[in-house]
Amino acid sequence: MIMKHTLSVIVENHPGVLARVAGLFRRRGYNIDSLTVGRTENPAISRMTIVVEGDDVLIEQVTKQLHKLVEIMKIQDITDEPSVDRELVLVKVKADAQVRGEIMQIVEIFRARIVDIGPNSLIIEATGDENKINAIEDSLRPFGLLELVRTGKVAMVRGGR
Amino acid sequence: MTMKGAEVLLHCLQEEEVEVIFGYPGGAVLPIYDALYASDIKHVLVRHEQGAAHAADGYARATGKVGVCLATSGPGATNLVTGIATAYMDSIPMVAFTGQVPTPLIGRDAFQEADITGITLPITKHNYLVQHSRDLARVVKEAFHLARTNRPGPVVVDLPRDIMAREVDPSEQQAEIGLKGYRVVRNCNMGQVLLAVNAIEKAERPVIYAGGGVIGSDASETLQELALKRDIPVTTTLMGVGCFPETHHLSLGMLGMHGTRYANYAVSESDLLIAVGVRFDDRVTGKISSFAPHARVIHIDIDAAEIGKNYGVDIPIVGNVKQVLEEIVIRLQPREGRCEWHHTIDRWKEQFPLVYPESYEDGRIPPQFVVEQIYQVTEGEAIITTEVGQNQMWAAQFYKYTRPRRFITSGGLGTMGFGLPAAIGARIGCPHLPVINIAGDGSIQMNIQELCTAVEQRLPVITCILNNHYLGMVRQWQQLFFNGRYSYTDMSQQPDFVKLAEAFGAVGIRVKKAEDVVPAIEEALTVTDRPVVIDFWVTREANVFPMVPPGESLYNMLGGDE
Repeated sequence: MIMKHTLSVIVENHPGVLARVAGLFRRRGYNIDSLTVGRTENPAISRMTIVVEGDDVLIEQVTKQLHKLVEIMKIQDITDEPSVDRELVLVKVKADAQVRGEIMQIVEIFRARIVDIGPNSLIIEATGDENKINAIEDSLRPFGLLELVRTGKVAMVRGGR
Repeated sequence: MTMKGAEVLLHCLQEEEVEVIFGYPGGAVLPIYDALYASDIKHVLVRHEQGAAHAADGYARATGKVGVCLATSGPGATNLVTGIATAYMDSIPMVAFTGQVPTPLIGRDAFQEADITGITLPITKHNYLVQHSRDLARVVKEAFHLARTNRPGPVVVDLPRDIMAREVDPSEQQAEIGLKGYRVVRNCNMGQVLLAVNAIEKAERPVIYAGGGVIGSDASETLQELALKRDIPVTTTLMGVGCFPETHHLSLGMLGMHGTRYANYAVSESDLLIAVGVRFDDRVTGKISSFAPHARVIHIDIDAAEIGKNYGVDIPIVGNVKQVLEEIVIRLQPREGRCEWHHTIDRWKEQFPLVYPESYEDGRIPPQFVVEQIYQVTEGEAIITTEVGQNQMWAAQFYKYTRPRRFITSGGLGTMGFGLPAAIGARIGCPHLPVINIAGDGSIQMNIQELCTAVEQRLPVITCILNNHYLGMVRQWQQLFFNGRYSYTDMSQQPDFVKLAEAFGAVGIRVKKAEDVVPAIEEALTVTDRPVVIDFWVTREANVFPMVPPGESLYNMLGGDE
């Protein structure tokens, strides 16, 4: 069954690790839905959260091929694990005086924040899981999206290590 | 006490017991060459960096040790690329050192700067750019460890000139391997082993399909124990040639696109395929959906990513091939005696032997005959290297290999120009064995400059050109699949290989008649101090048969059935 998988990948924090991972995906023809990377509580170690779409056979291959990269320390497919995942979005939306009130209501409902006000636009910041970010994007679309940027997903398994 | 970076490097190579470096100097590696001037490590000066990579590769394949090559930055490094990719595709342990511009100039498009770690990312097991002197010893140690352990492969170490030239304090060098994410595979799943044992004992029509992984893990003897204990027929891939003696009655020879009919039939009819150190390459399987259609499949490999990559298997076992085979063999009940399966295979062998026409219309020598005579004269004891194309397939089909590491060929990448430099490396690694490069007139021209290297090193490597004045394999495909439109495959315009050999300082012999084949080979084998080139003028339009047409099922072969 083709579905989105979330891989949590622990890597050594070396220059070039991202290029190795990205190169592997490109070379083998795997599609990255999203990829985030940042350092962890240990500065020598980074964590990547990779969302990749495919069936079980493909995901198994992706995981095994990733494992062969020497700087990759651990890979966990957390798709079916109880986990918390979050994404952040910044949206610049058209907002003249007439619609501002309506937009602010939407911001309220989604527990988002307005982080910049321009003469004809607002920048809204929201965090949440993928569904919530999709929903806020859809709700704001009718007003006119001037710019939008999403961070991609970061995720963490719940409970003890 | 201080040492220069280059001296630390050579010290590390000695720690790794490196006997020989195949290399070519240049600006960025001047400090390394200066240190080599006073070193005990043998350096072989090639005539093109590609030759250095292939020679290191040939040395590694012949000896099982890690091959080492060295080139300067920029074009020197990029000239290694084909050789590195060749080693990568065939899982050959190799460490390639490249010079790099000084660290302050990296990224500024300096003279002879190339991003070789970026370029070789997809064709190395791992690579390094050494950015700090203190990392040097650790990186070299890790590079050799990675190259030779688990599934072997090439590792590139890029060495900026300033780091090689600078004085360093040896006490600052960390010689401990880091590699937090890399574990050497030491165990295998015993539950899977038991499943395999059970499947083997129940099988009625088993076949072993053995590849380069058997040779890489020195498991040839264990594989033979397995085959003999249960009387299981063995077919090998091109990379596995020699891991099971082809003179043995259980040998089916090679399978795949140019495999024997009986090997391909046996795999297609088998009820259990024991795949050992193989990767289900398309040249082996043909149409993958109809490969071994009746068989349960056991797949043993050290690389977990090979399991299920191309072909879904029933009993995967990840582990060192030799160790896994030992665990299986020890648990198997012996079974001797021939059964219906052996009789079926014998009938195929009788009906469809590997044959070739005794003579061709053009009256020139059959190329297969030349390979057979090389086998006869050397009594099967030579190391054979090959170029790529028809010469390679005939060398695989008509020489009977009885030991591993005696057939050295570029299997995965199919690199023309591989055979001569690989022969040089093999001969340096095995100075007591005759080394013969079976070549085509096309491929030999791709790295023929390495004859000069062999002359300088006084190496009696013999190149046998099967000269059909064509790029024979491509011509064969044009004949069979492109209506005989021989687009740019006619190689009639070529140098006089005898004169060319002599110009290099080698011995040149031309053979146009079948009766002169054996005397020429015998004469070549008497030469002890320089290379020999024998230019055999063979039939122009001989084809390699049997042949599974591309995309066809393994049991639908052309030729070899008359």
